[in-house]
Amino acid sequence: MTGINVGKGALLGLSLALMAVAVYMVSVYVPTEQMMGIVQRIFYFHVPSAWVGFLAFFVVFICSILYLVKRDSKWDVIANCSAELGVLFTTLVLITGPIWARPVWGVWWTWEPRLTTALILWLIYVAYMLVRSYASDKQQGARFAAVVGIIGFIDVPLVFLATTWWRTQHPGALVFQSGGLAPSMLATLMVSLAAFTSLYWLLLIERVGLKNSENEVEILKESLE
Amino acid sequence: MTFWRNVMAITWKDILTELRTREIVFTVVVFAVLVIVIFNFAFGTTREAVALVGPGILWVTFAFSGVLSLNRAFIPEKEGGCLEGLMAAPISREAIYVGKMLGSLLSMVAIEAIALPVFALLFDLRVFSVPLVLTTLLATIGFVAVGTLFSALAVNTRAREMVLPILFLPVVVPVIISAVKASALALDPSTEGWGEILGWLQIVGAFDVIFLVVSYLVFGFLIEE
Repeated sequence: MTGINVGKGALLGLSLALMAVAVYMVSVYVPTEQMMGIVQRIFYFHVPSAWVGFLAFFVVFICSILYLVKRDSKWDVIANCSAELGVLFTTLVLITGPIWARPVWGVWWTWEPRLTTALILWLIYVAYMLVRSYASDKQQGARFAAVVGIIGFIDVPLVFLATTWWRTQHPGALVFQSGGLAPSMLATLMVSLAAFTSLYWLLLIERVGLKNSENEVEILKESLE
Repeated sequence: MTFWRNVMAITWKDILTELRTREIVFTVVVFAVLVIVIFNFAFGTTREAVALVGPGILWVTFAFSGVLSLNRAFIPEKEGGCLEGLMAAPISREAIYVGKMLGSLLSMVAIEAIALPVFALLFDLRVFSVPLVLTTLLATIGFVAVGTLFSALAVNTRAREMVLPILFLPVVVPVIISAVKASALALDPSTEGWGEILGWLQIVGAFDVIFLVVSYLVFGFLIEE
């Protein structure tokens, strides 16, 4: 137990330190982008949120396969918690995206492949959580959710490809067109990415611990009845 | 060989039930015509409007009709206690999947064979071309591949009919996108020969193969207990 706690403490410290550095870099160190102005700084929260969303759904995919093969509820708990975090971070992407898009592109939303994929992804994993809650018992919910977790993740590249071919000339994010990022911007992005990734693992460990406690309480309650 | 004999037995059983009750095809055709009529009010009937939204109307109609008919694929089985019978029978879960999938495919094709001429009549579009029929057939395979899987999942949950659309629609987005593109090209009088249509048909075909293989592999996990 203490080993886990020490690990968790270290991860907490790392996340806090990285976040402090990231906030400093985003608001003080990195220069303001010339064409887009101050609003471009949301980029350093938007992109890492998207990355963590994908990472979370990838973890759901792997744990779903492991659950169906091994039938150990440990994997189901991780998949469940990771899906919740994935939906949370994808929601952040869908909120920060329009805030950034409005002053830069003049619209809140465009049906550009990356945006469309993020939205469909969000819908699939909201359905994933609904399926779990609609199942008649826990084990069935776990099996059903695992199937959705596998199909949903395989669907992501298909949605991305289909939307890319559908919109052959996409508006394009200016950041990626103008020959890559300035070194200071890239450094800031990297620190932000590290901070978000570390935060994801910390939240996942905390959430899994909480879920396990919830399950224990439920088992205790059942044994009392 | 026994695999295909089992598959045929299940498909034949579904065809026979449908021929005797005419429940699914009749109801869904009425529904499909209603959707087409409502779209007519929503978008107007000028030639330009029809050319612009025609393919979209067609695929929204088929997607909604698909949800309606696929929902019925497993509900009578569940209500009549036949699902337990199928599971107790000495046949593989995969044979149940393929058998039910072919049954749903035939129902959907029958529905589309009636709805397409109605669509052509009401909107004055040339739907009787090989490219359009082929697009419809290929996209329908994709629909039923995913739909049969999620229908088996939905019927075992507490919310039943509500679960299928929220799972089915986001996952079949790639198929819908490609089908709309291919149909738009096929319906456009200025399109000459196959050209671009063939590219889109190949994409739909590839999605079909992916959805069929993945659904075939995970179906067994949905109906066990």
